[in-house]
Amino acid sequence: MNEKKKLDLSSFRELLLIGVVILLCIIWTAMNSQFISMNNITNILRQGSYTAIAAVGMTMVIIIGEIDLSAGSLVCASGLVGAMVCKSTNNVVLAVVAAMLVGVVVGGSNGVLCAVGKLPGFIATLASMTVLRGLAYIVTEGNSVVWTNDAFTKIGTGYVGIVPIPVIIMVIVIIFGVFLTTKLRFGRYIYAVGGNMEASRWSGIAVVKVKIIVYMIMGILTSIAGLIVVARLGSGQPSAGQNFEMDCITAAVVGGTSMSGGRGKILGTVVGVLLLTVLTNGMTLVGINTYWQQVFKGVIIVVSVLADTHTKKS
Amino acid sequence: MSEVIVKMEGISKAFAGIKALDNVQIELRKGEIHALMGENGAGKSTLMKIMTGVYTKDEGSMYLLDEESKELKLTEMKSPLMAQKLGLSMVFQELNLLENMNIGENIFIGREPVGTGTIVDKKVLDERAREELAKVKLDVDPNTTVSTLSCGQKQCVEIAKALSFDARVVVFDEPTASLSETESQTLFEIIQELKEKGVCIVYISHRMEEVFELADRITVFRNGTYIDTVEASDVSEADLIKMMIGRDLEEGKKQGSEYVNKAKTVLSVKNITVFPNASPVSFDLHEKEILGLFGLVGAGRTELSRVIFGIDPIGEGEIYIQGNKVHITCPRDAINAGIGLVPEDRKGLGLILGMSIKDNMLISKLGQLKSWILNKKILKDITGTYISDLGIVLRDEDQEVKELSGGNQQKVVIAKWLAMTPDILIMDEPTRGIDVGAKSEIYTLMRKLTEAGKSIIMISSEMAEVQKVSDRVIVMHEGSITGELSIEEATKNNIMQAAFGGIKA
Repeated sequence: MNEKKKLDLSSFRELLLIGVVILLCIIWTAMNSQFISMNNITNILRQGSYTAIAAVGMTMVIIIGEIDLSAGSLVCASGLVGAMVCKSTNNVVLAVVAAMLVGVVVGGSNGVLCAVGKLPGFIATLASMTVLRGLAYIVTEGNSVVWTNDAFTKIGTGYVGIVPIPVIIMVIVIIFGVFLTTKLRFGRYIYAVGGNMEASRWSGIAVVKVKIIVYMIMGILTSIAGLIVVARLGSGQPSAGQNFEMDCITAAVVGGTSMSGGRGKILGTVVGVLLLTVLTNGMTLVGINTYWQQVFKGVIIVVSVLADTHTKKS
Repeated sequence: MSEVIVKMEGISKAFAGIKALDNVQIELRKGEIHALMGENGAGKSTLMKIMTGVYTKDEGSMYLLDEESKELKLTEMKSPLMAQKLGLSMVFQELNLLENMNIGENIFIGREPVGTGTIVDKKVLDERAREELAKVKLDVDPNTTVSTLSCGQKQCVEIAKALSFDARVVVFDEPTASLSETESQTLFEIIQELKEKGVCIVYISHRMEEVFELADRITVFRNGTYIDTVEASDVSEADLIKMMIGRDLEEGKKQGSEYVNKAKTVLSVKNITVFPNASPVSFDLHEKEILGLFGLVGAGRTELSRVIFGIDPIGEGEIYIQGNKVHITCPRDAINAGIGLVPEDRKGLGLILGMSIKDNMLISKLGQLKSWILNKKILKDITGTYISDLGIVLRDEDQEVKELSGGNQQKVVIAKWLAMTPDILIMDEPTRGIDVGAKSEIYTLMRKLTEAGKSIIMISSEMAEVQKVSDRVIVMHEGSITGELSIEEATKNNIMQAAFGGIKA
């Protein structure tokens, strides 16, 4: 009985959010039956996939009490590097590895600046966000990068059976994220560091290492998202991924992650991504213009966090 | 009989369905010092927070003396500000000052004297702040930033703030917990003066000596219920303890020394410089020994433990464990060398308050386990063992640790270290802010641990505790060891002399 009570409480928020998603689906379907078509559902999943992938990392970063503003620039930079390597070598594996390497390096340096340099994550990643965006324009001279290898394009557009490849990657990343945060000892460390960094240090946790690793995971996941984005677009753009980090943060916050650290769940974030994607997709489908879409997104953030603080009190 | 200022009847309050207060009562009179006693979680602070408008009550009524009609009037306390305006103030356990503002601004926050327009009149503020500070004998410029003050000074500012409302009732919640002996004495003088002026003092404390030194009447609570109100002169310490815990206190064994293995030194500390100008510290810890480390606040005991545990750099010093030199540069090194540390600041350094009891108990242990993957069954075995061994009272091990009482929280911290099976445990103020019952349990536990082969360094500011629990006492003063006393030599007099720097080591 005790077990049951606990389960209800902890999954309450996710269930509520799923309820909202279902409600939204019903509304959109009523307004436009196209919404519930197989085609559109696949579309929603694919749209949500790259945000979800990076948001899994973002959730971990926020749980340790930091933030990563460089995600959007990194999506762009890693995608560009992937595209350029693919263009010059025509080797997909090399392109993917190179892109992910960019993710590791950027994530790692964010982590080092934050954990060793003792910079607030906000500042460290604000800097790398700016630097990367600048570099993207310098290297491309403002032009797009085009490749000819079909296999590379498949990363964003391909299917296995009826399931889009990005969706498969997303599912793997989600499983990884859930496993890491709930089943691995490292997951406990993430929550501990975010909950009380000093007490974690006094408990013998290598706080610096934990922070750097979390930022590196974030970097890798973001670079995977970057590969999907660039492959879907069909060309590397120095302007890609604008505001992408905000989508990730929004999803995490809507999903119940606390900005002050120590609290949050990967699955919550995933439902958050789903909610935002369904919202955007439906609004576009029924013809609400993009400016109003932004307004509604903002309202969702406020309402969800208000609901969160409210339920916590009672 | 002097006039009644506050009368509370039938007060009940529940938090998240759990009763914190059940139909309790209290009556406060003018010019009395009224001690509230009871174990942690007995409801003392909760009742006072209801009185001062911090919490709202679920049931019951509160009557307040109307100064004009001289009659008790039914009052609904809606906010702390309302309570302050009605002359009810509380000096909190955790000080509530704005660290980056100066003393004057802190005292008059929210009701700064205003000059032309809405501009704060600095001069008047200064002057009035000086008056208030004089009342609490704090000779500091009101323009001093609060963060630069010592703990005792901050407390004085807090009291000055409480008094500045023309307080009729001032509640002190564990006021001496972070004060040195002299600071405490000053506080007692202030309290006596307030009493003479007709202010009612409510004094919440776990320290028997203080209560008997100060209180006129004592009200005892147990588990959220009212037990009795007695004249302090009519009861003995033993009577009070019986009232508080409902049973006789099990005395820890006074002489544990027979177990100490003096032939074997488990930890040897050499030449650690605690403060730049102090002579370096060296001492040994024997197997199965409880070494009491006494000193006044600021004597450098906590600093010493930080160095041993690898939080602060060791400099020229050396640490030997079982005769082998070890290099400790971070807590992980210390842990690997078999040292555990129960910090003084339980909430800030000992626990991760937002995490579950289970996770807190295991957070250090995880690093010792071979597998990266958490095995629920193994972990459950570990937590289960310590929860029952230490008698931790909880609803559910997934419960957040912040919901526990101080004593149970401390047990969780201790469990965390026991799970690591350290040979040496450093316990910094292990019973601070813990109720009498849990205190004696912790003493018994410490004794059991040493009998089982562990060695303990106990840092403590409580004379009685040091005398009762230690096998040997080291006294520090301004960063140096000024006395090493066997338990037979450790009289109050000898210890205090050393603590003031009197005896040469």
